[in-house]
Amino acid sequence: MNLLSVENLCVSFPTPQGRVNVVDGLSFDLGQERLGIVGESGSGKSMTGRAILRLIRPPGQVEGRVNFEGVDLFSLSERQMRTYRGARISMIMQDPRYSLNPVMTVGTQIEEALRVHERLPKRAMKARVREMLEAVRINDPDRVAQLYAHEVSGGMGQRVMIAMMLIPRPKLLIADEPTSALDVSVQGDVLRLIDDLVRDHGMGLILISHDLPLVARYCDRILVMNAGRVVESCDASELHNATHPYTKGLLAAVPQMHETREELPVMDRTLWAGT
Amino acid sequence: MGRYMSAISLNNVDVAYDGVRVVEGITFNVARGESFALVGESGSGKSTVLKAICGLAPEWTGEIFLLGEPGSHRPNLSLARRCQMVFQDPYGSLHPRKTVDAVLSEPLAIHGIGGQDERVEQALADVGLDRRFRFRYPHQMSGGQRQRVAIARALMLEPEVMLLDEPTSALDVSVQAEILNLLKRLRAERGLTYLLVTHNLPIVSFLCDRMAVMSKGRVVEIASSTALHDGSFTHPYSQALYAASGGA
Repeated sequence: MNLLSVENLCVSFPTPQGRVNVVDGLSFDLGQERLGIVGESGSGKSMTGRAILRLIRPPGQVEGRVNFEGVDLFSLSERQMRTYRGARISMIMQDPRYSLNPVMTVGTQIEEALRVHERLPKRAMKARVREMLEAVRINDPDRVAQLYAHEVSGGMGQRVMIAMMLIPRPKLLIADEPTSALDVSVQGDVLRLIDDLVRDHGMGLILISHDLPLVARYCDRILVMNAGRVVESCDASELHNATHPYTKGLLAAVPQMHETREELPVMDRTLWAGT
Repeated sequence: MGRYMSAISLNNVDVAYDGVRVVEGITFNVARGESFALVGESGSGKSTVLKAICGLAPEWTGEIFLLGEPGSHRPNLSLARRCQMVFQDPYGSLHPRKTVDAVLSEPLAIHGIGGQDERVEQALADVGLDRRFRFRYPHQMSGGQRQRVAIARALMLEPEVMLLDEPTSALDVSVQAEILNLLKRLRAERGLTYLLVTHNLPIVSFLCDRMAVMSKGRVVEIASSTALHDGSFTHPYSQALYAASGGA
């Protein structure tokens, strides 16, 4: 059975010109695999992630069906939904500097994520936090647990976020641009870490990013989105055989390390009636 | 290469903020018409070097020569004529309450240059913006269009040197390609000298001739862009950066 199945998902927002679908009839199935959703800003990729967790607030409207382990998430009450968020499906946000609580130590925040979903004796709780910090390869977990968000670097902050999101042992992880705020040298570490943890725990992963080559390196399957629709869906290894002109355009527009082109190919945006 | 011949020449430059030294012993020369990159991680001091050159980071010691004239410790008019900067975030670097026309005319007014009308029209045409954008506000434009305006603004005074601080990192890849093409074309047409700060090595490969790799406030290596083709870096830090960026 699929872990997650999304059918005809539409997210719309009102504008002076009427409602606009920012996600327009998206469907996909996800097992215990790594799915990459790629697109440029305004393509609806982040909205897809949020819609799955029902994090879209009015005036935004969500339609369609999202089935998670056989449960229709859109039919749940807000209270029931809360038992899914974090515990079964969790989400890593883009920038640790804005997503961590500035007035709580890192250890307390991670502990809080666990306490909301499980009742454990205090000692067991501390042990789980310690174990999780070790799992995200923080060398000195006891010291780091005492630090505040401003005292840790970007890469370490993102590791703390990952620890926080994984400590309730979710089945599905949605990572929305988990590395765009990080330096190149740290990006690889963080993605490899997410990758290892996802494999070890048998989780599903949705990696949302604008970076096509990066997603191709870390995912099994790729959805390319433009203007709220999926324009191409393929195995990551088959990306170089992509057929849709938008995907080809995106691939060609990235400067290469061995760049010899005098000019980069530019896409004619009007062709896809995008934003 | 003499300091009077080069476009930008730094000799043993230290830069401090509030007495804390963040950049130490920077020495490099950029020839006229050359495109030179500063690469490194965040916090390595790349942007600080740019700021020192254009006088925005006043606490520097050592020697800075810009087009043969000694560098300044504060922004001034003659410096602005020769050297202009384009910032990272086009959402933050344009005044939200000023139209494109006002943004582009201001440098002309400050420097007492006439013929504003034609010059603004010409600048918009040069950066590939339609004339209907002239009386728009920043919020009425996309990120790529705003960055074009920011580049047009920098070109208004016809500087010889452009300091580019991560000019495309806030943009989508397809828009990034347009802006990179624009920068390359402008340099070829006007013989501009570029000093580009970036953490993206493939951009260096596309746009630059040479690069200085910075780490922890120091230049660890100066290499030609051809090093990006064959990975012939000598310093371990540059090699690690190259490997992390997807180089073999």
